[in-house]
Amino acid sequence: MNNKYLQEEIVRISGVNVSKCMRCGKCSATCPAYDEMEYHPHQFVNMVENGEIEPLLNSESLYKCLSCFACIDRCPRGVQPAKVVEAVRLTAIRKQGNNHLKADDIPAIIDDETPQQLLVSAFRKYTK
Amino acid sequence: MQRVGVFVCWCGSNIAGTVDVKAVAEALKSEPGVVFSTDYQYMCSQAGQDMIKNAVKEHNLTGIVVCSCSPRMHEATFRKTAAAAGLNPYMVEIANIREQCSWVHKDMLSGTEKAIILGKAAVAKVNLNAPLTPGESPVTKRALVIGGGIAGIQTALDIADAGFPVDIVEKKPTIGGKMAQLDKTFPTLDCAACILTPKMVDVAQNDKIRIFSYSEVTDVQGFVGNFDVTIKKNARYVKEDICTGCGACVDKCPMKRIPNEFNLGMDNRPAIYIPFAQAVPKVATIDPNACNMLKNGKCGLCAKVCTAGAIDYTQKDEYIEEKYGAIVVATGFNPISMDKFDEFAYSQSKDVITSLEFERLTNAAGPSAGKLLRPSDGEHPHTIVFVQCVGSRCESCAEKGKEYCSKICCMYTAKHAMLTRDKYPDTEVYVFYIDVRTPGKNFDEFYRRAVEEYGVKYVKGMVGKITPEGKKLKVQASDLLANKQLHIDADLVVLAAAIEPDKSARPLATMLTASMDTNDFFTEAHPKLRPVESPTAGVFLSGACQGPKDIPETVSQAGAAASKVIGLLAKDKLTGNPCVAGSNELICNGCSSCANVCPYGAISYEDKEFRMPDRTTKVRRIAVVNPAVCQGCGACTVTCPSGAMDLKGFANLQIMAEVDAICK
Amino acid sequence: MQVNEYKPLIVAFCCNWCSYAGADLAGNNRLAYPADVKIIRVPCSCRVNPMFILRAFQRGADGVIICGCHPGDCHYTSGNYYTRRRMAALFSMLDFLGIERERTRVEWVSAAEGAKFAATMNDFVEKVTALGENKRLEDLRCKK
Repeated sequence: MNNKYLQEEIVRISGVNVSKCMRCGKCSATCPAYDEMEYHPHQFVNMVENGEIEPLLNSESLYKCLSCFACIDRCPRGVQPAKVVEAVRLTAIRKQGNNHLKADDIPAIIDDETPQQLLVSAFRKYTK
Repeated sequence: MQRVGVFVCWCGSNIAGTVDVKAVAEALKSEPGVVFSTDYQYMCSQAGQDMIKNAVKEHNLTGIVVCSCSPRMHEATFRKTAAAAGLNPYMVEIANIREQCSWVHKDMLSGTEKAIILGKAAVAKVNLNAPLTPGESPVTKRALVIGGGIAGIQTALDIADAGFPVDIVEKKPTIGGKMAQLDKTFPTLDCAACILTPKMVDVAQNDKIRIFSYSEVTDVQGFVGNFDVTIKKNARYVKEDICTGCGACVDKCPMKRIPNEFNLGMDNRPAIYIPFAQAVPKVATIDPNACNMLKNGKCGLCAKVCTAGAIDYTQKDEYIEEKYGAIVVATGFNPISMDKFDEFAYSQSKDVITSLEFERLTNAAGPSAGKLLRPSDGEHPHTIVFVQCVGSRCESCAEKGKEYCSKICCMYTAKHAMLTRDKYPDTEVYVFYIDVRTPGKNFDEFYRRAVEEYGVKYVKGMVGKITPEGKKLKVQASDLLANKQLHIDADLVVLAAAIEPDKSARPLATMLTASMDTNDFFTEAHPKLRPVESPTAGVFLSGACQGPKDIPETVSQAGAAASKVIGLLAKDKLTGNPCVAGSNELICNGCSSCANVCPYGAISYEDKEFRMPDRTTKVRRIAVVNPAVCQGCGACTVTCPSGAMDLKGFANLQIMAEVDAICK
Repeated sequence: MQVNEYKPLIVAFCCNWCSYAGADLAGNNRLAYPADVKIIRVPCSCRVNPMFILRAFQRGADGVIICGCHPGDCHYTSGNYYTRRRMAALFSMLDFLGIERERTRVEWVSAAEGAKFAATMNDFVEKVTALGENKRLEDLRCKK
């Protein structure tokens, strides 16, 4: 699969015009999960713009984004970085056998206080 | 029927080389109305012009067609020739057979054919020409400047210098504008007051300049050279001509806790106040919303202490009507409101301030007497974070920010950072930037000095979140070059707020029928070649009302606007362009379509009595074009649904005749 | 040159401030374009009444082109915006009437774009020539 195809696919899924980014970095400045991420929100936008998709697809950063949408709220250009992250995540988990969360993983991470809703959301987000 | 003479020019071999001029002259002889047709080597030469003049007399010509070079070249020449021969200059039409025929076509046959067709079109048009006389209107030799900031001050001084009377209308109690609030000016670090206040005094002392302070323009009628303006002088409850500005009333006033606008609410003033020490006019003003005497009739202390007897609680708003020949708009700018930028905690913490507030804080005449102290607890801040582009270049947030670059922030932030490090070397200063834009003389050097000599820490990135925590402001930001997220405990945060045109600009533009862009900046007549004129004749633009500007640019634009005004006022009469629109009142149904498309506001409506076929009279609304304002674009003629509107010199029938002649 | 070569009849409306000056510049630089193009000077492209274009087609024009200042550069600030909208409406009506879209055109030519003017005219004439004679909108009364 070539990068051009992936790039177009991500732009299509996210509906984001990545070339609107003016490199101000407010998305990364605002991101609460910044320290957890290998690639930060502004890098997602940038790398998608440059067609560097593979590193993103293989990065754990995809699952560190909380989808809090603070970056979307504060981006002065309306780029919506969280949607780019979401689109890359979808591209990653849609591949065969790439579900990030399997039913077998759950007993190990669950405890009495984990709300049901969280599991449902996680499944929705991390599996095909 | 016209008696048309056709004159075909050879232009040496320029035309004759590709066009058989004799054949053209011969072919046009048989066109309707043509009574004389000839050719000559150089029509524009004295001999050629004499030939035209003689032919007019000899053949009693009423119209002239010259087949020659472009009308942009010699239309004026041949119009003068016609006038010299006693003909109306607008009875001349040019067929462009050089630039648009002989020079672009190589083939004699097709070139001649086309020249004949172009000649026929010109003959067809001139047959429908009517003599036109440009309208003349007198010029009132007085200018109005709206806004008393540095732009208005400079414009007024320059106009007055040329000997024309000028009135300045300023809505605040004093002139001076934003510049009076500034501390130092970049890139030379002159103190703003030191260079501005002498100019303010010049204005006050100039006998050609009248200042209407605490006043607004409420109505504008008329057109270039002849504006009728109504100025509302708000009641300041102090007799301006008697008050000496001694300030005794200000000291005695018991209502001392009114937020001081001049210091952006960072300290208080009394109900009767003089905005600042060098105010012009230096006259006290009573704030009617705060004064106990005006609200409840109890107090009257200021009147008791005023030895001059200047206080007048019964003063009323006064309306002044005055005639002007030219109007200069210099309404300036304001920083945008920071209330909607929740992430910067502006409304949560007193220690998050805007750059203009910072100017007041560092100004020796400011609320802290020039000492940089935190507004919340009066302590000296040790870590200061400057955030650039707050609300500027903000495309997605139209409801809170602006899409454009505010232009001045990069430089004043560099200035603030530099001055802070200079005065307080123990403070750490961070500047968060997206881009540093410093085009301008000595601008980039200035910014580099801030970094290299004064050790200001410039960080490429944006602040994402500011959280007040105890006495500190937790600043979360990104450093894009280091690819890090920064967490800084700041004592003071300064936001470089975007600037926007003053709120009074839009209603004013409506009054002036001057056009504005979507950001409420006034539009210039031409973005490159007529930058200080509004498309509306007689209205000129000065300063930040036209777009974000720093002081040097504002002053040069103010001078340019003044020179345009002087050029206008120096004329005794204005000669208009006779090719203007006109409405046929019998056909017009008063629908307003034409007025909506007119970019100049040249069209108004009046009710006129018409005699109907059944001998009754009926009042109908009809469009009336002011020929002094109309520029003759013709937008209205096409938009008119009833076909009542037509353009003189380019009438529907004339252009239609040209089309017919070409398509024959 | 062939005797029977088809020559289209093209009417060009040029605004006085930009495109007419652009046409003059094409002349100054001797940039050739076919003699089939006949220019009518109007103060602004917004002076071009759709009626003029219909009339040209009625009288046998094969193509009509309107040239004005670039958007934002109009001498009268906003005239060419009106042109753009009006012509968009008119051209879709001409489509409906069966006049090919290639026979009508709006182009922005500045006073400095002599080369663009010539190139535009060459291209336009070529396109119209390829379409052949325009027979669809002739006023039958004129034919008698």
